[in-house]
Amino acid sequence: MITYSNKIKEIAKRLLKECRAEMVIGFRKGSIPMMNEPCFVRTDEQADDLVWDSHCGINLANYLTSRDEKIAIVAKGCDSRNIVNHIVENKINREQLYIIGVPCQGMVDKRKILAQTEGEVLQITETENGQITVKSANGEKTFSKSDVIQQNCSVCIQPNPVLYDEMVADPVQGQTDIDQFADVRALEAMSTEEKRAYFDELLAPCIRCYACRNACPLCYCPTCFVDESKPQWLGKSQDIMDIKTFHFLRAYHCAGRCTDCGACERACPVGINMRILTKKLNKDCLDLYDWQAGMSIDKRPALDVYQTNDPEKFIK
Amino acid sequence: MKVIKIDKAQFADGYKALQKVYKLFGPVKEKAFYNFKELVDGRQADLSFQNTRLSPKSIVFPQSEDMFTYTLDEASKDANQLKPVPEKNESRAVIGIRPCDAKAISLVRMNFDTQEYKDPYWLNLFNATTFVGLACDSPCQSCFCTTAGCGPYHEDGLDILLSDQTDHFLAKELTDKGAKLMKAAGWKTKATAGLEDKKKTAESKITAKISTDNLSGADTLALYNANFWEDASFACINCGTCTFVCPTCWCFDIQDEVHAKNGKRMRNWDSCMFPIFTVHTTGHNPRETKLHRVRQRFMHKLKYFVDKYEKGIMCVGCGRCVSQCPVNIDIRKISELMNKQASKNICAVQK
Ligand code: SF4
Ligand code: SF4
Ligand code: SF4
Ligand code: SF4
Repeated sequence: MITYSNKIKEIAKRLLKECRAEMVIGFRKGSIPMMNEPCFVRTDEQADDLVWDSHCGINLANYLTSRDEKIAIVAKGCDSRNIVNHIVENKINREQLYIIGVPCQGMVDKRKILAQTEGEVLQITETENGQITVKSANGEKTFSKSDVIQQNCSVCIQPNPVLYDEMVADPVQGQTDIDQFADVRALEAMSTEEKRAYFDELLAPCIRCYACRNACPLCYCPTCFVDESKPQWLGKSQDIMDIKTFHFLRAYHCAGRCTDCGACERACPVGINMRILTKKLNKDCLDLYDWQAGMSIDKRPALDVYQTNDPEKFIK
Repeated sequence: MKVIKIDKAQFADGYKALQKVYKLFGPVKEKAFYNFKELVDGRQADLSFQNTRLSPKSIVFPQSEDMFTYTLDEASKDANQLKPVPEKNESRAVIGIRPCDAKAISLVRMNFDTQEYKDPYWLNLFNATTFVGLACDSPCQSCFCTTAGCGPYHEDGLDILLSDQTDHFLAKELTDKGAKLMKAAGWKTKATAGLEDKKKTAESKITAKISTDNLSGADTLALYNANFWEDASFACINCGTCTFVCPTCWCFDIQDEVHAKNGKRMRNWDSCMFPIFTVHTTGHNPRETKLHRVRQRFMHKLKYFVDKYEKGIMCVGCGRCVSQCPVNIDIRKISELMNKQASKNICAVQK
């Protein structure tokens, strides 16, 4: 990780010096354990702040929307897929970008660490061989990284960037033979009543802060349907129907576009796995159209093209 | 002020007695974290918590609260008339509120209980509630209450302060409301020791700080126009997390909802971080960018409030926004930037 950080600093400085980019978007070290802050740097000196470690789970593609500068951006696998989405959806031009690709080794899920640690987490360190040591108010504990990464990382199909101008290191070995959708199949197997109960329970803690929506690079509408006031589509109270409507409709707006980057789930202050909704649609897109979002800038998205052999079974 | 000793063995009995007189609220563990909930069916507050995910502000300021109901049915004699929702004034008590959260309630009161305006909804709930605080002996790393005008044994906003002494609690009665609750619980053994020793130890454990000393004297416009805001606000995704988890954030939005012919007027928490918070009916938005919105949040907490009320900052240092912000925007860092900028301004004037 130190080598990644050093390489990112070095590339950023070079790009700024050569005027290849006006700004470099990356992460700087956070002020509390397991958090880093997305940032931009414009000078050599600021470039020294750039870091990379296992706490860079926020999707940086979110910071590109409709910008007009020449930008260099640090991108792990899923970020790069959302950058592809952005290019395909005309939210940024390929020519504006210099993509600094990071082969990703998975992002730590803060909640998993907190759930398995007694006392407050004070410090967390990682070794090159995939061990994570957590120092807490009650002592020290070591985890194997694979046990504490985000769920989407453990089923990730594309840890290496799909699109880049330069890599900070050699690509990592991608995972093969993973079962991406076990959780979705469990959901599909439920009866209607069970599903209703499941969704009610899943979304009951939601405080409607919209961190999930705002952390998502796909959610760039100038006015989200939940915020429309002329006419107003949705109530704003804690009514569970309104909460569910928000989540279901947002998921549909992400159909065929979601890269399962996990930024939405990661951002939620109350730990809701709303990602299960977009994942179901990801699975449908894969099953029906053999489509996975953000893999190539030369292909039109599944819901954007018509083919005579498109399956229609779901139209009732 | 009386200090009462409550053996932990007596606690459950007191609880039972209280439950007859009060609707009780307290911290309980939900799946992965603690929150304040109404304690129904004899459930007890779990006082082993460190801090709750959401602040207890919802006990006096619910996220959604009905204000009026009405009918649009012309056949009814009450058609199109707003009817106030009946006051909720049964006695309530919060057990185990942290001193920072209680202090936050007294800050919020400055907004809801003024000479000119008295907010009936907030005040009804506030007046009906007795606040039983729990001193904080193992504060979190992200807490900075001692430099935010508060502290782990702070008493402002509390009716009783409890201090955990392993096998018993010491309870300091701070108000008449508090004395009434102690009586209802049947806790009356006079204590010989005080809370002072533990107070000092707890205070010394808080190492995180917020720097605010230059803010009140600072030039508002110079702070507003400072050049650090672009950098400081870049990461922000303008969710409402920081404001919803904050015990001192008090903004709300009034909405009408009509189902068939029955309507209600309600208020819901709102957030200055949401773009629509300031959109005019013309479509113009005076706080158009996230820079505007982030600056507003911090200028309100650390400058406008400071100047308007002269009671310090609008933050009690609970650390929730610091630990819950998904992109690590940290009020301590921002305050540091503002405070430094402010010191520059003061120097410029003095020169
Ligand atoms: S919906 Fe969630 S997982 Fe999908 S792209 Fe958006 S933030 Fe990433
Ligand atoms: S981030 Fe969590 S609490 Fe906030 S709106 Fe999304 S699901 Fe609800
Ligand atoms: S500061 Fe953090 S919590 Fe607050 S709106 Fe911005 S991203 Fe959300
Ligand atoms: S601003 Fe942050 S630290 Fe201060 S009271 Fe609010 S949530 Fe707590």
